[in-house]
Amino acid sequence: MPYETKLTMLSVKFKQGIILLLFIGSVCIFSCKNKIQQEEAIPDQVSYNYDVRPILSDKCFNCHGPDARKREAGLRLDLASEAFKALQDHPTKHSLVAGKPEQSELYIRVSTKDTNLLMPKPSSRLARLTDRELAIIKKWISQGAVYEPHWAFVAPKKKSLPSVNNKQWPINEIDYFILKKMENKGLEPNEIADKERLVKRAYMDLVGILPSPKETESFVNDKDPKAYDVLIDHLLNMPQYGERMAINWLDVARYSDSHGYQDDNYRSQWPWRDWVIHAFNKNMRYDSFITWQLAGDLLPNASKEQILATGFNRNHKITEEGGVIDEEYRVQYVVDRTNTFSRSILAVTVECAKCHDHKYDPISQKDYYQLYAFFNSVNEVGLEATVGGPETWAKNPRMQISNQDLQTTLSFINKIDTNKLEVSVMKDKDTARKTFLLARGNYDQPTTEVFPSTPAAILPFEKTLPKNRLGLAQWTFDKKNPLTARVFVNRIWQEFFGRGLVKSTADFGMQGDLPTHPELLDWLAVDFQENGWDIKRLVKQMVLSATYRQSSKISPDKLTKDPANLYLSYAPRVRFPAELIRDMLLCSSGLLNKTIGGPSVKPYQPDGLWEMATSGRGILRKYMQDSGQLLYRRGIYTFIKRTVPPPSMMMFDASNRDECQVSRYRTNTPLQALIMLNDPTMIEASKALADKILQTESNPTKIINEAFKTIICRNPSTKEMETLVSYWKDKKEDLIKNKTDADKMIAIGVYQPKTKNKTDLATTMHTIQIIYNMQEAITKT
Amino acid sequence: MEKELFEHGLNMNRRKFMSRLSIGLGSAALGSLLIPDLFGGNSSPEDAIMRGLPHFAPKAKRVIYLFQNGAPSQLETFDYKPLLCQMMGENLPESVRGGQRLTGMSSTQTSFPLIGSYYKFNQHGQSGAWVSELFPHMSKIVDDLCIIKTMNTEAINHDPALTFFQSGAQQGNRPSMGSWVSYGLGTENNNLPAFCVLLSRGKGNGQGVYSKLWTNGFLDSVHQGVQFSSGENPILYLQDPNGMDRQTRRKMLDQIAALNQEEFNNFGDPEISAKIQQYEMAYRMQTAVPEIMDTSKESEDIIKLYGPDCLVPGTYAANCLLARKLSENGVRFVQLYHQGWDQHGNLPNEMRGQAQDVDQPSAALITDLKQRGLLDETLVIWGGEFGRTNYCQGKMQVDNYGRDHHPRCFSIWMAGGGIKPGIVHGETDEFGYNIIKDPVHVHDFQATVLNLMGLDHEKLVYKYQGRRYRLTDLYGNIVNKIIA
Repeated sequence: MPYETKLTMLSVKFKQGIILLLFIGSVCIFSCKNKIQQEEAIPDQVSYNYDVRPILSDKCFNCHGPDARKREAGLRLDLASEAFKALQDHPTKHSLVAGKPEQSELYIRVSTKDTNLLMPKPSSRLARLTDRELAIIKKWISQGAVYEPHWAFVAPKKKSLPSVNNKQWPINEIDYFILKKMENKGLEPNEIADKERLVKRAYMDLVGILPSPKETESFVNDKDPKAYDVLIDHLLNMPQYGERMAINWLDVARYSDSHGYQDDNYRSQWPWRDWVIHAFNKNMRYDSFITWQLAGDLLPNASKEQILATGFNRNHKITEEGGVIDEEYRVQYVVDRTNTFSRSILAVTVECAKCHDHKYDPISQKDYYQLYAFFNSVNEVGLEATVGGPETWAKNPRMQISNQDLQTTLSFINKIDTNKLEVSVMKDKDTARKTFLLARGNYDQPTTEVFPSTPAAILPFEKTLPKNRLGLAQWTFDKKNPLTARVFVNRIWQEFFGRGLVKSTADFGMQGDLPTHPELLDWLAVDFQENGWDIKRLVKQMVLSATYRQSSKISPDKLTKDPANLYLSYAPRVRFPAELIRDMLLCSSGLLNKTIGGPSVKPYQPDGLWEMATSGRGILRKYMQDSGQLLYRRGIYTFIKRTVPPPSMMMFDASNRDECQVSRYRTNTPLQALIMLNDPTMIEASKALADKILQTESNPTKIINEAFKTIICRNPSTKEMETLVSYWKDKKEDLIKNKTDADKMIAIGVYQPKTKNKTDLATTMHTIQIIYNMQEAITKT
Repeated sequence: MEKELFEHGLNMNRRKFMSRLSIGLGSAALGSLLIPDLFGGNSSPEDAIMRGLPHFAPKAKRVIYLFQNGAPSQLETFDYKPLLCQMMGENLPESVRGGQRLTGMSSTQTSFPLIGSYYKFNQHGQSGAWVSELFPHMSKIVDDLCIIKTMNTEAINHDPALTFFQSGAQQGNRPSMGSWVSYGLGTENNNLPAFCVLLSRGKGNGQGVYSKLWTNGFLDSVHQGVQFSSGENPILYLQDPNGMDRQTRRKMLDQIAALNQEEFNNFGDPEISAKIQQYEMAYRMQTAVPEIMDTSKESEDIIKLYGPDCLVPGTYAANCLLARKLSENGVRFVQLYHQGWDQHGNLPNEMRGQAQDVDQPSAALITDLKQRGLLDETLVIWGGEFGRTNYCQGKMQVDNYGRDHHPRCFSIWMAGGGIKPGIVHGETDEFGYNIIKDPVHVHDFQATVLNLMGLDHEKLVYKYQGRRYRLTDLYGNIVNKIIA
């Protein structure tokens, strides 16, 4: 279709208003929630938290919010105690008069036609309120302008399960909450997914590798009603579970194999990564998991494992650029830790208060530096040379890992050679470093001294707690802390359902998204706490639910009613994360090296990338591809050089590990198609799989059936089979005439095939490449 | 909000809208899968979508940014300071330095001896702009250039300074300027990325480049700079594997599409249709990109103009020629980086080599664009991430000295689309240390570039984690004096 025609249609459609957006926008970057609200009727009882506050926060708090320095006209609208006061400049007037919108200056100013009076001011570049937003404000004031505390700053409570009409469907508690919403929205759950797709989904979600055709078959044929439960238990106990769970945590922890600035040289931090995998595998409770990482070194009689865990706070970028000002970078490291802690564990954008009071959330600049103070006493410098060989290139404070450690407490570290090994860990100076509030966040502008504490709006820091990282960890896991459990539960939900119950997994503050299922979120959070922060139990709860087990079929009706699938009336179809796309290729081809842990590896990568970007210094100036079995390690072990991260991973939206990242985008681009078509990893996988199948099969139908079952994990449909078989036959004719083409393709990748018949081998490779490029091959279905 | 809404519309367009239409399997020319050009043409239907979003007519449609990575000295290039030759060896007066912080490399020096340029300066063109003898070719085109002598930045080290120039912040994972422009304007060519990156390296002291300099940050990854490289695969993974010709590829794509369509029929996921289209786009890129990379059809005059190196893939000259071709074919933002400008020592010698690399091709690019009638709509930028000190770092000899990093003033030039030609903007003091008139901060520069592209830097925002981000953060004033 010509481009112009498409655009015209687009514009015609657009004039029909927001409906089209609703119809279509399921992968939108922005909150779809807002769009839906525009269509929804205004509720009978307007809620401050759900209806009003998002408007005020986005449009008003910038100048009339928590930031004292930027506050205009002395008016503060985020607190009820301030908002009802007489106006500073017009003592007879009030911003809010309960019950009387026409006397409330707030309503008058946002609804006026007079651009001299209009709020937000046109110069603010903020759009004026929509008619619906105006109506909400008006109704809210009419109903008494009642403020509510921000939902995320109030500790969660477990409410009783909602009653539902369809009593047959729910399997566990999750389902009651999900179904209730569906019923309210006129949606019905999908049927349960077919067993072939379900077993693949569970494997990819829990261990990140494919079930073999045999494993699929045995699950499909297992008539035991508990077969699925048994499968889940089996997967949770596989060592690959830890690898799968670590993917997200390595993003959160900005783990990498290089220092990140300029020369971007090697760092020996991988033992910390091995610990993360180990911790998930032994099902370490979330409170210990975090406490060790925050403050393992401060625990009484800290073990080497506990100290190793603190490497979490040393994964940030560290400069090696000669000529930097030491303190500028030391401060930057502390800032990174502060931001990582608040983003990943609290999901509050505390970092906004580094330079000024927060614009939206009740976090002052002083709060920021009080939190920063916990991380400010590390015995470190901004710029420091490393010594020794690559595996000792850690920065002070550091920990040596001896051979004895490897045989005892640190047995999970996969170290093969006998060279020295050191990692960067946490250790504070003997006397705490003084912390000052830094004017505008500048390292060289200290003002007043501050002391370790936490933002009171979240939970005050009790006097009895030690004023160090251990105290911070205790505060984090205080039963009254409203965020910790919710934030983690939400992120795990995101891993299994494609998006969080709170979509903005990094921001539970005023500007963040509201939970789609607040009661479920709270129920899960409290339940998680009550059951000892047991991560495997939480995961199991999710994957055993009927919600999780649904088919991913999308009916046009559901696409219209709930385009973003907020209400989960079907299972999300989500593309695999970058690491698992690689794993899928290696696993299906039989090439996968299942070794766990160890130094990161350098698989195939296009030539010249590191060389083109390097300063010419350091051992990472050249990409030295690994050989042998190291070429076939899982994606999680691919070497990450921060300034030139592995391109095939980056194109599939992996994190560049520059800073803490709690969720990834999922894009769909032509460059991804090019990787799936041309990456030698894929070609070699097709060779290895073809070779394996051709050892026992020669009939095209059987060959294809086997390949399809291995990659897609189900039997092909008749139509799929016809398409592939006729392609296979045509291709074979082609290649009989073009033997050199067959040879050339077979020569790609170091794998040496046993198959003698080159034509059959190349023909099957081509056919397998088609299967690898099916959307289903890289999608959770 | 409008912009966000609009971006939503674009996402919808790109990912979803097409999938609503019946798609002939393997059919080509499905239209843009990258973002369509929003602002092109006043009567285009997109304007209906954009109604209410203030923007202005662009003066430039495309940008070519010749980044001189490592920070070339302004004192040996465009900022002529005879006083430094007269005062050679004398200490930098404290009153001039005015408390400027120093890098860790010269902060331990006991004295700061002034040093003048080893290279002679002459005035050129109608404008009479001073240019050093290092740049004989650029000297000839000064009447096309606007030389800004008063650039200034906040960072004093390479990594943060480069990142600041490209993303508006010294730290953090923010989108690069090219990504912002891609986000705001999309592409003009459906078969090429909107933002392309080309790397080269001189023999001088280099500081490396980082992919975060062309990152999309929190924007959709479709806005990421796509790195082009010399060799068989100009774009990563572009080339079909050995043993596969185009016809074979086409056939294979048709089968992939057939299977994916079958899946779509069963599961109704619009993402599947989007996938089919991405494969078509990939297929078209495989043809379009090698065509552009092919220099065999360039005339002898052109080869002469850019110099013989332009036939050597991976050189700055080859990248300048490629930049012209990409730009001519509608790539919004072509970003070059040429490494090797970090002369802490051995400056006279190293700068000669660096200048030889870039002088002729940079001038040729301007001349070439001009003769094709493209200079008016193409903004060309030449410059580094900061300047260099007027005093010597390390041991001082007249013909062998070094200069440390200097953030307070440095020179860049801009030319073409919307820029006043033949002017020199701003003045520095006689010491070449401080600005005395018309400073241009990095954010001002960024605001101006966006302005020339028809984008208001205060309105080109993206809301991420609750905050609205801009390339210019909260700052930036448009430098009206340099706009034609």
